[in-house]
Amino acid sequence: MVAAGIDIGSTGTKAVIFDGEIRASVVVPTGWDPKAAGLEAYRQALECAGLVADEVQSIVGTGYGRVSLPIFDRKVTEITCHARGAHFLYPETRSVIDIGGQDSKVISVDPQGRVAEFAMNDKCAAGTGRFLQVMAGVLDVSLDQLGQLAVGATPVPISSMCAVFAESEVIGLLARGTDKGSIAAGIFHSIAARIQGLAGKVALSHRVTFSGGVALNRELCRAIGTSLGIDMWVPQAPQMVGALGAAILGYEA
Amino acid sequence: MRDICAAFSEIAGLRERNAIALKVAKDRGRKVVGTYCLFSPVELIVAAGAIPVSLCGTSATPIPAAEKVLPRSLCPLIKSSYGFALTDTCPFFHFSDLLLAETTCDGKKKMYELLGEMKPLHLMQLPQVQDEAALEYWVLELKRLMTRLEQAFDVRITPEKLAAAILLLNEERRSLKALQDLLKRKPAPISGMDLLTVLHNRGFTVDKREAIDLIDRLTRELAELSDQGISPFTAKTPRILLTGVPVGLGSDKVVRLVEELGGSVVCFESCGAYKKVDPVQPGKNLLRSIAEKYLRVPCSCMSPNKGRLQLLEQLVREFAADGVIDLTWQGCHTYNVESFTVKRHLQETVRVPFLQIETDYSESDTEQLKVRIEAFLEVIGTSRGERP
Repeated sequence: MVAAGIDIGSTGTKAVIFDGEIRASVVVPTGWDPKAAGLEAYRQALECAGLVADEVQSIVGTGYGRVSLPIFDRKVTEITCHARGAHFLYPETRSVIDIGGQDSKVISVDPQGRVAEFAMNDKCAAGTGRFLQVMAGVLDVSLDQLGQLAVGATPVPISSMCAVFAESEVIGLLARGTDKGSIAAGIFHSIAARIQGLAGKVALSHRVTFSGGVALNRELCRAIGTSLGIDMWVPQAPQMVGALGAAILGYEA
Repeated sequence: MRDICAAFSEIAGLRERNAIALKVAKDRGRKVVGTYCLFSPVELIVAAGAIPVSLCGTSATPIPAAEKVLPRSLCPLIKSSYGFALTDTCPFFHFSDLLLAETTCDGKKKMYELLGEMKPLHLMQLPQVQDEAALEYWVLELKRLMTRLEQAFDVRITPEKLAAAILLLNEERRSLKALQDLLKRKPAPISGMDLLTVLHNRGFTVDKREAIDLIDRLTRELAELSDQGISPFTAKTPRILLTGVPVGLGSDKVVRLVEELGGSVVCFESCGAYKKVDPVQPGKNLLRSIAEKYLRVPCSCMSPNKGRLQLLEQLVREFAADGVIDLTWQGCHTYNVESFTVKRHLQETVRVPFLQIETDYSESDTEQLKVRIEAFLEVIGTSRGERP
């Protein structure tokens, strides 16, 4: 049995080929055409695994673009997929924090990797990858540089949760001469505070996996871990967890 | 499903027909009292010979107009109600001789002060606790309303008229309960959207007797269809109980999404639906019996509000709900905060998956709501042992 999982997110599109083990995993930018991105990620994943499409028995789609591809045998929400993917990587996982491009979620997982309950951000972008992107833009740095700036800095409080208001708050701080490092650290703290609030809505265990592209940022991982008072498992490729979960769900069906 | 049966089609077109019927009744000298809330003691309006009608407040259309005056962060139900009045786009508001309002929440309370500048408005001071002292106070408030109605419409509300009104409205509640209880069947014979259409349109009826007969006819027709195995759902469709804020046509986004994504809303615990079917228990003192009925409404404005927990627990069991969705309008503090208590209670008793949704009347969060509702339906599936 060979299964594929394709996670079309707002920023990145990920594809995983799974046959009991991970055979291939690729990520491409979603850009403005989620459908094309999904097909391209799938093509690259097949190539990487040395397979042709006929050899794949199940394709499961997830992510906000899951509606756009006709090749999917099934569509499953990213909430179920992240839970399943995190369970595969860390079977002891009982909670998943997933921060994607436009959504953040805290998921409580049962011993079989199934979703017990979850909480998700409301329509505002607070605590999401988008928030981080906007803030990096104001400071005129890349996401990686934002992390480096924050290392060892004392965070300046940023109280606005809304991306638009936080933007003007950061502009105000810059005008007053606050150094970028403290602002960067403050931005991570602000996201951590938002996740903490979200985590309060579900039964959060101390066995947490942090998934989603935002988890690539080590400083943010540290800030969230500190604010929740926990150590988290951060997979090597946290952005692949949803696609992996999708592939596993197809493999098991 | 829209043409499910003759009675349904008739009810679906009721709102427009009623606006005309209301004008005719007004021209013949009938008085009209517009109400916003389940706490309005409709028996007194009927006993005064006036026509009680529900006022509009479930559409997003007049919200921008309302925001010229009201804060943007206010609950959409209040903004919509006020916007309809301000733009004179609700025929039922237009034809009302008197508005009846209750101090259910801070936002409404202050909005009513503004509405009172447009139309004669009677405000009832609603107690927030359901004990004996509150009941005595509420009886006085009912007497005050009675005097206002008598003076405004130059009538006498006699005990005989009051008794007749109680009978009529209990009859209405019986018919509404029977219709909603049909959805206890598995699968439900009618979608939640269709049930909502019926409950919503019925609120604008001019002739209560006619409306009761129509609802009874619909219930009979649906029961027959269900007996023949006709339903928009299957026995496996996840059954959702919706609780929380009032919902109507126009503010039905969550109901629509649940059913689009493969669920079935089988019970609305909200005030336009199941909270409404509780009858007046006849007693020696009619006014007191009416006061008792209205004061025990398990609305989140009551503190504490144990009645809602009991009602929910009972309805989850009776309707065999697979999941509970608690809907809150943005800015509705009482329902928003109470959600925590509701979740905890349901987890401790009926152990049913629970999802709170906070939203407004706009479509701006539709995609995010879809993810949440779809994931919730997946959780229900796995909790029943189906593969995710």
